[in-house]
Amino acid sequence: MEHYLNLAVKAIFVENMALAFFLGMCSFLAVSKRVSTALGLGAAVIFVLTVTVPLNNLVYAYALKPGALAWLSPSLAEIDLSFLGFLTFIGTIAAMTQIVEMTLDRFAPALYAALGIFLPLIAVNCAILGASLWMMERNYNLVESAVFGFGSGVGWALAIVALAGIRERLRYSNPPAGLRGLGLTFIIVGLMAIGFMAFAGVQL
Amino acid sequence: MKFLRDLLDRQAHRFEKGGRFERLYPLWEAQDTFLFTPGEVTQSTPHVRDALDMKRLMVTVVVALAGCIYMALHNTGYQAHLAIAAGAPPLDVWQTDAMRGMGLAFAPDDAWACLVHGALYFGPVLAVTFAVGGLWEAVFAGVRRHEINEGFLVTGMLLPLTLPATIPLWQVALGVSFGVVVGKEIFGGTGMNVLNPALTARAFLFFAYPADMSGDAVWIAAGTAPDGVSGATVLALATERGMPAVVETLSPWQAFAGWMPGSMGETSVLACLAGAAVLVGTGVGSWRIMASVAVGTLGAAWLLNAVGSMTNPFFEVTPLWHYLLGGWAFGTVYMATDPVSGPSTPSGHYAYGFLIGLLVVLIRVVNPAYPEGMMLAILFMNLFAPLIDYVVVQANVRRRRARHAG
Repeated sequence: MEHYLNLAVKAIFVENMALAFFLGMCSFLAVSKRVSTALGLGAAVIFVLTVTVPLNNLVYAYALKPGALAWLSPSLAEIDLSFLGFLTFIGTIAAMTQIVEMTLDRFAPALYAALGIFLPLIAVNCAILGASLWMMERNYNLVESAVFGFGSGVGWALAIVALAGIRERLRYSNPPAGLRGLGLTFIIVGLMAIGFMAFAGVQL
Repeated sequence: MKFLRDLLDRQAHRFEKGGRFERLYPLWEAQDTFLFTPGEVTQSTPHVRDALDMKRLMVTVVVALAGCIYMALHNTGYQAHLAIAAGAPPLDVWQTDAMRGMGLAFAPDDAWACLVHGALYFGPVLAVTFAVGGLWEAVFAGVRRHEINEGFLVTGMLLPLTLPATIPLWQVALGVSFGVVVGKEIFGGTGMNVLNPALTARAFLFFAYPADMSGDAVWIAAGTAPDGVSGATVLALATERGMPAVVETLSPWQAFAGWMPGSMGETSVLACLAGAAVLVGTGVGSWRIMASVAVGTLGAAWLLNAVGSMTNPFFEVTPLWHYLLGGWAFGTVYMATDPVSGPSTPSGHYAYGFLIGLLVVLIRVVNPAYPEGMMLAILFMNLFAPLIDYVVVQANVRRRRARHAG
């Protein structure tokens, strides 16, 4: 239990997807203008990560990794399909986002409209693929991948919601003309990363 | 007074529109409003009639810092003299020559010598902070046509107090440039920044030059003592050996008064308490934030005391020592209560302070890389302050809507 808690805390704070590794930057910068929208995208990312990472873990364990196909027949034990990792992971992720999109369209049309193009873009959000690749590299088992996916999603969502809060407050600021908009946002993200360095070096 | 007023009035036309020094108007204006209360009133609504303008607010903070500044001078000299009395060689710097030139002994008991020695270290850092930071303020004010704000007075006072005595002056210049330009001016100046500028500057220096901002060698302005008297902060000792190291190093009263190594102005809880009294009494600093930081620290420290750890001796450090050591008091009183980078809603203050208190203990105890967590805890919560306000406001909107719906 403690092991899983540590894994989650590490994924949320110490190895924050957005602010320690700068993954998923495109939607991080683009959909952080309003807190409510950011919350929606954050929730979508949490959901997609929590589902796709363990799903990819299963795909990897039973189809891709060296000798994974041995459960079909012993003659396939020599086969190593891990070079297909990128392709299959992306496929799983794309299918999952499609399902999330259809669900939101049906049950939360307001959020669906607010997220717009960025929901399909989750499919190519590098944070999502990154989590699956880390899962593969670090040899997580099924439960660990679920915890890791959930933690990474929460960390990313936390970062984007905080950024959206800051950007909403920036309405009262008066930056130099050249920095308005994305320029200032980049600098804020850098300052946020300094804040998140509070957890750098924590051993769990 | 009349003479000064006349002087300023006679020069006014040179700085007003069309005058020869039109571009330098912010400088003249800063002089004028710094010396005299301006007679102007706001042009448009809302009008608030209050004696507490920005200038008085900021100057109150500087007044509240008086005790910390005194301790910065006295304790910096005292710590250096203690180490020298224990056999450490004085540093090979001009401050040492100046002390010898004035015929002052390196004696820990000689309060005057300690003060002078401390001033020789604190003075240049303060001067560089104000010169470089003030220059940036003036440049931005001149180019962007806004006024030079008293807000920088506070930033410029706070930053030197959070630096170690031996910091190279070029780093001070670089740090204050980062703090003022990136931390504040690119957002539009005082009142519009997201992070506390003084803390931004300190964090920049902390991560860019860790060798000069952390460790065992930077806190005392003297060489290393031959018999291995450690120059480490007490928090760093606690990381290694826990409570025994703390208790044998100093008494709680010693820590309360601030006679221990550390950043120049942060060591004295007593001075910070005096400052807190001024800030709370005048209503400038939020008592809600200060109180909830204390509660958060208490809770987190008790929790960790109860949990315990076989491998990490810092778990057993009691809440009292968390209050007394490092920059806890300084950060709580002067940094966490910054009205700009903190939340604006009263109930937001509670959450914000509580989480700072929680985080500072967690960073100190769990993160072996940073025995002092106050700066990072406040910076981290600065990031979430707008979000806390958002939640509080939304909750209020929802409550009122529910009340009036029926």
